Amino acid sequence: MIAAHHLPVLQVVLPLVAAPLAVLCPGTRAPWVAAVLVSLAAFAIAVTLAFKVATTGAIAYELGGWPVPYGIGLHIDNFSSLMLLLITGASLAALLHGKPVIDKEVQSRPVSLFYGAWLLAVAGLAGMVVTGDAFNVFVFMEISSLATYVLIAAGPTRTAFSAVFKYIIMGSIGAMFYLIGVGLVYMMTGTLNMADMAARLHGVDDVVPVLAAAGFITVGLLLKAAIFPLHAWMPNAYAAAPSTVAVFLAACSTKVALYVLIRFDLGIFQPSLEGHDIQFSAFLMPFALVAMITGSLIAIFEKDLKRLLAFSSVAQLGYIVLGASLLTAAGMSAGILHLFNHALMKAALFLAVGSLVYRYGSAKLADLAGAGRAMPWTMAAFTVAALSLVGVPLTAGFISKWYLVLAAMEEGTFGWFLIAVILASSLLAVIYVWRVIEVAYFRPAPEGAPAVKEAPWYLLAPTWALAGLNIYFGLAANAPNGLAARAAADLLGGGA
Amino acid sequence: MTGQETILLALALPLLGTLGIARAGRYPDLREGVTLATAIGLVITVWSLIPAVMAGAGPAATLFDITPTLAVAFSVEPLGMLFAAFASLLWVVNSVYAIGYMRGNKEKHQTRFYACFAVALSAAMGIAFAGNLFTLFLFYEVLTLSTYPLVAHKGDAATVRSARVYIGILIGTSIGLLLPAIIWTGGIAGTLDFTPGGILAGKIAGPALAVLLALYIFGIGKAAVMPVHRWLPAAMVAPTPVSALLHAVAVVKAGVFTVAKVAVYIFGIDFLKEQGMGTWLMIAAATTILLASLVALRQTNLKRLLAYSTISQLSYVVLAVSVLAPLSLLGAAFHLVGHAFAKITLFFAAGSIYTASKKTELGQLDGIGRLMPWTMAAFTIGALSMIGIPPTVGFVSKWFIMGGAMETGQYLVVATLALSTLLNAGYFLPIVYRAFAKAPPVDAKPHGEAPLPIVVALSFTALMVIVLFFLNQPVLDLIGPVTGGL
Repeated sequence: MIAAHHLPVLQVVLPLVAAPLAVLCPGTRAPWVAAVLVSLAAFAIAVTLAFKVATTGAIAYELGGWPVPYGIGLHIDNFSSLMLLLITGASLAALLHGKPVIDKEVQSRPVSLFYGAWLLAVAGLAGMVVTGDAFNVFVFMEISSLATYVLIAAGPTRTAFSAVFKYIIMGSIGAMFYLIGVGLVYMMTGTLNMADMAARLHGVDDVVPVLAAAGFITVGLLLKAAIFPLHAWMPNAYAAAPSTVAVFLAACSTKVALYVLIRFDLGIFQPSLEGHDIQFSAFLMPFALVAMITGSLIAIFEKDLKRLLAFSSVAQLGYIVLGASLLTAAGMSAGILHLFNHALMKAALFLAVGSLVYRYGSAKLADLAGAGRAMPWTMAAFTVAALSLVGVPLTAGFISKWYLVLAAMEEGTFGWFLIAVILASSLLAVIYVWRVIEVAYFRPAPEGAPAVKEAPWYLLAPTWALAGLNIYFGLAANAPNGLAARAAADLLGGGA
Repeated sequence: MTGQETILLALALPLLGTLGIARAGRYPDLREGVTLATAIGLVITVWSLIPAVMAGAGPAATLFDITPTLAVAFSVEPLGMLFAAFASLLWVVNSVYAIGYMRGNKEKHQTRFYACFAVALSAAMGIAFAGNLFTLFLFYEVLTLSTYPLVAHKGDAATVRSARVYIGILIGTSIGLLLPAIIWTGGIAGTLDFTPGGILAGKIAGPALAVLLALYIFGIGKAAVMPVHRWLPAAMVAPTPVSALLHAVAVVKAGVFTVAKVAVYIFGIDFLKEQGMGTWLMIAAATTILLASLVALRQTNLKRLLAYSTISQLSYVVLAVSVLAPLSLLGAAFHLVGHAFAKITLFFAAGSIYTASKKTELGQLDGIGRLMPWTMAAFTIGALSMIGIPPTVGFVSKWFIMGGAMETGQYLVVATLALSTLLNAGYFLPIVYRAFAKAPPVDAKPHGEAPLPIVVALSFTALMVIVLFFLNQPVLDLIGPVTGGL
């Protein structure tokens, strides 16, 4: 079947082409329907690709039939299929939940522009994941970033502008660093195809420019991925963006940058640069550990629920980076699993927050007193996802922490220090989660506050679907775990 | 009904009871009816498993296979069967007692009380039947959380403070020590299933093994090995039925039961012996026994005295396990049952005194035996069992533990037990003396026995303390396979 063969490129082309069409749709409903349908189709493609990769192995696709390394090649393996599932799934869930929230919060007129930008962001992120070409990654990164700036700037208050300005500056520096790095590698190897790059780096005489390239690319992508201490743009962006955008960003956007980072450092530099592994982990692991503690600590003192969750993300991204920086199959696998599970929990949390903001008009903790009574179903979903965030057994969060601790254990005595940090960060998570629970369930609504109703079913259904997934993957962890283990094996074994 | 369904029913029944209790909250008689019916139903369900376990074919059930290492699964083996059997039986007795106590003292929030109680029992069943460490851990935490509202029942500032100590120590030790131990075990053994002979032999040795064992012993805070015992005296702020069933039976027995289970089915007795791990376990247990008894000597509040006595008696089980001999293990298992019946009798008596006279301090008990002969007779029987004087059940378990220690030449254990017997006598006998031999204060208001349900309940358990001395063969038959397998 011809269409099946072209699925890898359709994953990108479909939202890309649909974006201008969505802009042309009149009113508020038609563009939303268009965006949902495209997301649904993209999700279906991602599921198909994931099955295909699982059964027949990695897929290589040559754009326009030009053979690599002359043409642009697309490359989909276990890790990328997992990312595609996350991106398209997050887009679908956020949009299904988002119609009333977007109508209320988004400021762009006509609102179809917003959906156009949304689909461009999806196309850009998917493109970063599927492409096997380093410059192509940059192009898609810019597409997704520019679209994301627009999405955030559509936020309901004027703070969105200052937040997005910060993000533009930081994001541009990150992209520029990445481009400088790619340029240096191109100078030394004469190729932009990532697989080819890895092969040719072996024969390079002078490694100094390559080392510089590794530094630029790593730091640039760390900025994009909001890894501590380069995370400063993220909490503001999450807090100022429309709630629906926050769902999408929190679930997948920073993770895609992390994906490219892992691809580059482990797939391309690791096999050919002597001592790169030690450099990589010695550089990243301290940041990861500090992020796990600092992010959680700051979250404890945040007064705004969105910012609280954003700092929690800073800490949780630390778990993922920690797993990757162990440079073992177990650590990498745990990191990837946590990447998946964290997307599930943050998506569920931000969906619930979206519903809260829809009813309360604010994400300030002080304004949400009594939400447990007023919106019991929404808060129950929030609580389930929050338990997963803490890592309570029978939730997805427990599984990835379990594997992360196991991976740390392989490190011997030093591993126990890592485990202590993991546990400490989890205990801090209990505290910041408890703050929210306490306000919502145990503090009565202030006198004279208007009565708040439970969110309508079409907001509850996607929220609970995601919360349910947190339980489901806490009880049936074999599928994501197997996918993560295969992806880790690809990364660590494939490069050699 | 298959064994699998029976196990799941044993877990579900108390939960259904919880729903029923919550629904019937407005009609106290109906609500207590639901509690009693659930408790009796649970006894029938649990006891129906005994023949299969005795025949050596313990049923098993798996609810979820999460990962190759993690599963929510159950399998019934003799130790768990024993625990579930006496915990469920005592729930019935305790429910009768609670009706008398809660009404007699006009306690508030009774619906919440009975509902949480039922959840706690479901958790206890889950611990008893857990087929692997992960499942056990889950229900262990549920037990902690469901008993928190019971401990904090009164709701005033001092009570809440004590309840925080309670939950702080139990959750802190289980998350901080027990969970890492479990993850560690899963990491090196690749499984968490309770397996006869253990799963760790040959996978860990030397100091690392000692550390792992320490993580377990102190991580299982419910076993109250010093210095993680403070939660137990703190829990005494709860209404007496809670202290009686949960803090003399379900919760603390869950603790030492878990210790025994980990020693037998995770480490393996032979492996521990081969690695010489018994000694320091023995020292920790012996220290706890003696120190707790010394502290008990200095108590002036009856319930707190009983709490310290419990701490000391729990470590009998740990001590017996540390001997690593079949006979002592038999004694450990038997002590689980024997101490349960004796200690619940003592708590019942303390609650009976409180209900009838509002007295809680030792100094107020002069001559109370003349006013409340049934209660104090039962108290005396319970106290004799704590000391270990025949014909009470306490003598039997001590006999077996000593026997195992003698056989293997571990005279430290023998000496500890002898000294502890003296100390126990030192704090229990003065109470008995005071109650019967001294005259009641002249200005005392005369009061009679406590309400009938209370007297019935404590008479029954006191009787059982004596009956089990003579009729201990069924219990020994049930746990024989565990010790025979050594």
